[in-house]
Amino acid sequence: MTVTVNGQTQEGCANVLEQLTQMGFDPKRVAVEKNGEIVPRAQYETTPLKEGDKLEVVRFVGGG
Amino acid sequence: MWEAADTPNVTKEQLQGAMDQRFSREIRQRLAEARVGIAGLGGLGSHIAVMLARTGVGTLHLVDFDVVDLTNLNRQQYFLPQLGQEKTHALCQLLRQINPYLTLLPQTVRVTEENAGELFREDPILCEAFDQPEQKAMLVSTVLEQCPNTTVISGSGMAGYGSANDIHSRKAARRLYLCGDETTDLAPFRGLMAPRVSVCAGHQANLAVRLILGEETP
Repeated sequence: MTVTVNGQTQEGCANVLEQLTQMGFDPKRVAVEKNGEIVPRAQYETTPLKEGDKLEVVRFVGGG
Repeated sequence: MWEAADTPNVTKEQLQGAMDQRFSREIRQRLAEARVGIAGLGGLGSHIAVMLARTGVGTLHLVDFDVVDLTNLNRQQYFLPQLGQEKTHALCQLLRQINPYLTLLPQTVRVTEENAGELFREDPILCEAFDQPEQKAMLVSTVLEQCPNTTVISGSGMAGYGSANDIHSRKAARRLYLCGDETTDLAPFRGLMAPRVSVCAGHQANLAVRLILGEETP
């Protein structure tokens, strides 16, 4: 199963949380859009991924 | 700092007339009717607020829980006589000296996952200007989830004194724009300096103006 993360094809994980962890993102420092809809922070683990899903993962760094 | 008596009496019409010498009346009116929220009034937020006030954005919703501290003065729009004052209060004082006819909505409150949706629901445009990456992520996610009519302009990556040219604006998601270099994190002895944080604030403020005036490309 493959998914697209930030425009790149990736081996897909079972859910959003696994995909983030697998790719080295800190789930507390990102915002995630799946197929154009924001994924609520509490639902990363319960949001399943399927073939062809598109994720946008926006990573935040400190300072402001 | 400045007493009211030092401020010359300038009417709203005089200020508007001065703006109309630079841009059309229609642009001035669209800006005056606009409302922008700013979450965090530090290095990013205080500069964004000053720039939007000068530009004539009619309503500014200013949210921060903190007070002005000596460590803020290397990069934030505050002054020595304001040490210890709430940032919302200190900033409103300054903005009223730029344009006394703006509507300012200050709220001294700590933004959490529980209150963020409620706080910013009425802001069509929200500039995220927090310091900590976890707080940035929390605010952006929560607002995009709970505020369907809000577009967020977030600042990410402006620490240090790296090239100003690395700071950019891009559309990162359907209602999310990102400004910054997206990589330079805070680190020991790599804090924030006024020039680079101002560059990033300028990106955010310019994007807010662009969105108000109907331009959707970053």
